[in-house]
Formats: sequence, structure tokens, C-alpha cells
Amino acid sequence: MIAGKRKLKIVLGVIGSDVHAVGNKILENVLTEEGFKVINIGVLSPQEDFINAAIETAADLIVVSSLYGHGEIDCRGMREKCIEAGIGDMQLYVGGNLVVGKKDFTEVKKIFEEMGFNRAYPPGTSPQQLIDDIKKDFNIK
Amino acid sequence: MGIALLVDFGSTFTKLVAIDLEKEIFLGSSYYPTTVETDVMIGFKKALNELNKKISKKNIDIDYDLKLACSSAAGGLKIVAVGLVPLLTSQAAKIAALGAGGKVLKVYSYKLTADERDEIEILKPDLILLSGGTDGGNEKVIIHNAKVLSQLKIDVPIVYAGNKCSATIAKRILKENKKSVSIIENILPELNYLNIEPAKELIRKLFLSNIIKAKGLSKRMDFLSSVLMPTPSAVLKAGQLLAKGTDNEEGIGDLMLIDVGGATTDVCSYSLGLPGTGGFVVKGLPQPYMKRTVEGDLGIRFSAMNLLNTAKKENFMKKCKIKLKDLDKKVEKLSRNINFIAKDEKDIEVDKLLSAISTKIAINRHVGKFQTKYTPISPVNILYGKDLRDVPTVLGTGGGVIKAKNPKSILEKSIFDEDEPYILKPKSPKFLLDKYYIMFAVGLLAQKMPDLALRLLKKHLIYI
Repeated sequence: MIAGKRKLKIVLGVIGSDVHAVGNKILENVLTEEGFKVINIGVLSPQEDFINAAIETAADLIVVSSLYGHGEIDCRGMREKCIEAGIGDMQLYVGGNLVVGKKDFTEVKKIFEEMGFNRAYPPGTSPQQLIDDIKKDFNIK
Repeated sequence: MGIALLVDFGSTFTKLVAIDLEKEIFLGSSYYPTTVETDVMIGFKKALNELNKKISKKNIDIDYDLKLACSSAAGGLKIVAVGLVPLLTSQAAKIAALGAGGKVLKVYSYKLTADERDEIEILKPDLILLSGGTDGGNEKVIIHNAKVLSQLKIDVPIVYAGNKCSATIAKRILKENKKSVSIIENILPELNYLNIEPAKELIRKLFLSNIIKAKGLSKRMDFLSSVLMPTPSAVLKAGQLLAKGTDNEEGIGDLMLIDVGGATTDVCSYSLGLPGTGGFVVKGLPQPYMKRTVEGDLGIRFSAMNLLNTAKKENFMKKCKIKLKDLDKKVEKLSRNINFIAKDEKDIEVDKLLSAISTKIAINRHVGKFQTKYTPISPVNILYGKDLRDVPTVLGTGGGVIKAKNPKSILEKSIFDEDEPYILKPKSPKFLLDKYYIMFAVGLLAQKMPDLALRLLKKHLIYI
């Protein structure tokens, strides 16, 4: 879909010791329906699995989910690992219940942006929001 | 029908087996050191004379109606595997190469360097398996690697089994530099789909058409119908036949095969290896039904020193309370004297010990393992590899097992250990022994007459 030629490739998964599979399946379906090529590595995925999958499939974007509140710990160092693995300019999105408690999301967003994530989403974001942002970021009409 | 002569031009011994095809029985076997330096036929003829003598004692007319052979002489089928990510396509390439009966010299990942190219020239593989990228995935690295391989100063067939999108370009690059290249389906077309059968089949074809000739094995072998496959491949075929059966003959179901040899210890499992109990999440590369692993550091002759070092490193001697006088010296002698056949009590004891250690370590490495992760909800077991706890049968072959005084005591090392519950070995298997060394012979016969081959196996493998 980039420049109307090929499908955008997205690596999707739930990071860390998180087993929440439902949202992951919904995202896979919605993104595939939209015409993207989704490489879903599923739940309980360490950072390395996202990165290895992205290298082998030459993905354009990594979408990380985290629902159990430990997202900040699980995602730390991911951008640095991408740089080390030769895919430093990879687009990284993250979303879910990223931290425990009722922290203001602007604060949470800032934390993740400082960690090198291009976009961070609060709980309750509609999948359409994600799709719109992907299209905007990758210049897809 | 009549009598079939099955030959294995092995790395150390040339082994012959005679089978009566009408009565469907094993008639006899013989062996002689492989004479690859001069002419393999010299050793073959010596072994044949001995076999003929044995059979004529049984008052049977010797007339071999069917002659088939396999070979692992001159180093076997030596393969270099190239992939992209170590745990993904490089791993898949290794699994495919081993599954084709190859001997994997080295596995490379990411972009090949000039030094690595020089190293491949020194390794002198018989074949290079080039993979990398899922279909539609990474193209840069495999094209770079095709360029590097096109500069090789050695003449070696290259099998391209990577990203289909870069196949045409890679082929052109290699052809322009006069490299022999064959394109085949990607071994990992999707991240969660392993597709190694087409590549394995192509490797076998190349082995027959190019590699045997290049090794100078086939000059005077016209009287044998043909060398059909590399020896490991014949043994693997026999295992598959036994596990899966044929259209007319029932197999025995999931199976694990262990082959303790002089230079390597091979393990092959015929099982999907899906988790037998709940609470597991499967991770890593998808596993093939037939999975072969080869341990180059475990063997009871050529690799005996390495074996001892590995065992010491893994604290094996202490764990098993092994105290044998002069073990180091004895093992050192064995590693230099690769044709040695143990006769006195002490040597037999050393062989048994080495075979037992090889079996235990090789199987530990082969089977799947799990790690427990503690999630806020409950602990979850993450499984890497195959769960083989429910495999009902373990089959032993190879000199290290067959010639041992008590083969069962060696095969018992394959059983699940309560002290290491995360290593998913068979819990209560029955043990089969390839007492007459017929696995390779049956694998060869299976090409022509699978039903008969399977009945032979069932008759001549014995439960111990």
C-alpha cells in the first residue's frame, strides 16, 4: 500500500508476561481487514521476538500491546535494541493499560515517547484511531 | 523376487545386509573398513565375500536381484546453511539440511562477510543452502549473500530457498558468476510456517546427480542399481516408515530414534510434539513432525575427547557419581583409534559409559524445554521445541547402542527426569533395538517396496 504498490507490513504482539489475547486477535482482524499484512507473534512476546520478526519480514511498523500494567518496564530499551539490530528507524507504536493506576495519560505518553516510541495509546482507543494514524504516518490514501 | 543386497558406504565401515525378499527375513550382514582413499569397491568386495560365505552356510543360492546403496563416505553430505535471523531462517535452514540427511558444517546469519566467504572456501561444503527472509520479507540480506557466494572460488551447488521476491535477482547474480543454482520454495514463507520438504527433496536430488559423482564414489559402481541417498537419510526414512506406516501396514505411532555413532550422536523424533498437558504457550520456530538433530561433539570414537569435555563441563560425572580409573587416558586412545572394537571387560565398560553420556546429553538437547513465567494472573509455561513426554517408543541404533552389553541401560538415559522436569523427554517409553543393524537397509528397501520393508522392521526390531 506504500505508494499504492505493496502491502504495509505490521508486526503485532503482546509484550512481556502478558497473556491478554482478545485485544490482540481483534487488532489482527481489524488491521488485516484494512488491507495490511499482519505478522502476529501473539502473547508473552519478549522484545527480541518483535525485532527478529521485523527483520525477517522486513516490516514497516511494530505495534506493541500491553494490558497488565507493566508496559513501561517491558518496553524499556526496545528502541535501543532496534538500533543495535539495524532497524533503528522502525516505527514503534504502543497501546493498552501501559501503567498501573490512574496516571494522567499525557504523562504516560511522554514517558513512552522519551523511550523512543512514535505513538502511544491510552486504554479504550478505537482501532479506527490506530488505522487513521498508520495511514497518516505512512502516507497512505 | 529373491535376495536383496543393501549397502552402506559409511564413513568408517562399509556395511552389507542381505534380505530374503520372498520369506521377508534378514539373512545376514557383514562389514569392512571403508576404502575411500583407494577405491570404495575394494572394501565392498571384502565385505561381500564374507557375507556370501555366511549365506551359503544356510544353503541359499546367492543371487542378488536387487542392489541398493546409501553413502556417507568422504565426509557424507556436507552442507553450509545460510539464513538471516539466527532463531528464524538460519535455524530453519539447519533443520532442513539435517532433515535431508546432511552434515551441517556451519550455520551463518545476517550479511555474510568476506572472511566468512573465505571460511566457506576452506570448509569445502558439498552444497550451500541459502535462505533468508519470509516471502515478501527482507530482500537486502539474501541478495547481498548471493553476491558474496557468487565470488566463491570453489565449485559448489547452491540451493536458494529464501524470500521468493528476490529469487530472480539472486539467481541472475549467481548465474553470471557461473555458479550452479537451483531455486526452490522458501523454507520459511511465513513466520509461523515451516516449509522444509521441497528443499529437502531438492537436496536429495542434487546429492544423487552431482555430489556422489564429485566424490569419486560412483566410478565403478555400475553393477549396483544406484546409490539412492545419504546414509542418515536412509535411517530417517526407516524411522518414518515405522512410525507412520504405509497405506496397507499400520505404523507404531510416535517414535524417538537415537543413533550413537563414533563421530556423532543423532536423535530424530517423529511426533508433532504439541504440549501434552494444559498451561503451555508455544513459542519459537514451528517444529517439523520429523526433526533430526546431530551432535558433532558427542560420539564414542572420533568425538570421544569432546564428549568427555562436554560431560565434564555439564558436571555430568559428578551428578552420576562416575569414577573410572584412567578414563581420560582411555578416551584419548579411543579418539585416535576410530576402528577400535572393544573386547575386554574394561573397554566394554568405557564404551557403555560413553554411549550412556552421549544418549543423555543428545536427547536433552533435542527435546523441547519450558520456562515458567509468572504473570499477574497465574504462572504460564512457555514451551520452546517439542513436548515429547508422551512418546511411547524409543528406538536405539548405531554401534554405541547395538554393540553395548546392556543396550537397555543406555536407552534408559532417554527417560524424563523428575529432577529436571522442564526437559520434556519421554516419561514411560518402551525400548526397541535395531539388533541386526537393518535400519539403513530398510530405509533403502522402502523406496521400492514399503509394505515389505515395514514388515521386515516389525519382525527384526526387538523390544528390550
